[in-house]
Amino acid sequence: MHEMSLCENIRDIIQEQAAESGFVRVNRVWLEVGALSCVEPDALRYGFDVVMRGSVAEGAALEIATPAAKARCLACGQVAVVAHRYDPCPACGAVEMQVTQGDALKISKLEVV
Amino acid sequence: MCGTCGCGDGQVQIDGRHHHGDAREIVLERDIMAKNDGYAAANRQRFRNGGILALNLVSSPGSGKTSLLVKTIEMLGDATCSVIEGDQQTSHDADRIRATGAPAVQINTGKGCHLDAHMVGHAVDDLAPSPGSILFIENVGNLVCPAGFDLGEAHKVVVLSVTEGEDKPLKYPDMFAAADLALINKADLLPHLDVDMDRIVANARRINPKLDIVRISARTGEGMQDWLDWIRAAQAAMRPATAAE
Ligand SMILES: Nc1nc2c(ncn2[C@@H]2O[C@H](COP(=O)(O)OP(=O)(O)O)[C@@H](O)[C@H]2O)c(=O)[nH]1
Ligand SMILES: [Mg+2]
Ligand SMILES: [Zn+2]
Ligand SMILES: [Zn+2]
Ligand SMILES: [Zn+2]
Repeated sequence: MHEMSLCENIRDIIQEQAAESGFVRVNRVWLEVGALSCVEPDALRYGFDVVMRGSVAEGAALEIATPAAKARCLACGQVAVVAHRYDPCPACGAVEMQVTQGDALKISKLEVV
Repeated sequence: MCGTCGCGDGQVQIDGRHHHGDAREIVLERDIMAKNDGYAAANRQRFRNGGILALNLVSSPGSGKTSLLVKTIEMLGDATCSVIEGDQQTSHDADRIRATGAPAVQINTGKGCHLDAHMVGHAVDDLAPSPGSILFIENVGNLVCPAGFDLGEAHKVVVLSVTEGEDKPLKYPDMFAAADLALINKADLLPHLDVDMDRIVANARRINPKLDIVRISARTGEGMQDWLDWIRAAQAAMRPATAAE
């Protein structure tokens, strides 16, 4: 829903980094979008192309990795990969699972010139 | 063969994009929300310094956030409360709050579907909430992205009306995961509906086992006292931290 504003953040971070590291163009951007980050990769791709226009990352390729989310069962302590926040524990079936990983949203790396 | 993109030697170079003899990779590992989180941290510090309890109310449109706030302010007394109203277009909700006597600032986000911490910081400048007071932030009606934006609040409070159905916590899990309290509003309508309150509660707890849940009605006042008690407890919980500093 707010993918456009996320793309603006991405652009600002890249522009700051360009000033700091002295590159003039970005060929490729790698993002990590956690499976539970509530961000739609397709909307992000669309917003990316539009928002990067006029910046050092105009026309850059976008690579989106979606690492699996993990949650800990509050009943038995098992840590398991989950697809949704409401998935039950695969070990004991309990439904009370605390997500421990999978909502990150970050720029992993850039290929620059 | 080019090691960067696999293009063959002698391939046409378009727009200079294949001059990557000097291309290099920069590892960033930078959080995309870092900027918002920085503003949120500044807001949080400011609230802590002033002993101000900031509560971020989130819900889909029409679940009763403004109605609940009006009633809450009437019961708490307008001197101790102020409100930041987030809305895409109108200032209608801020007007409803000001009618209670409490100060309110309206943020119109235009197309923006959430409040962010930078907007809230500026609104706090305008509002200048008094030390020890309660600041309510009514977020833009949207159960999706406000979950992802820390505003510097002490707690997110999700409002769900019983007319929205039992499955909403499962459909919007991020919001229920991010909240510390759920107000299940419009409880006065339960006798007229085919909706199971216990299933709403069970679904919400399935997403967030630690969620506090209060069944409430802005219309009849049912549950209002439980909500006020929760607010008082949240105020008490922030006092030792301030005293220790
Ligand atoms: N029956 C009933 N209606 C309510 C209650 N709380 C709010 N409403 C109505 O729901 C509608 C939306 O309320 P509002 O406070 O504007 O919701 P907001 O969009 O979340 O701020 C209005 O018509 C309210 O009168 C309640 O507890 N019971
Ligand atoms: Mg409202
Ligand atoms: Zn949004
Ligand atoms: Zn288990
Ligand atoms: Zn500013």
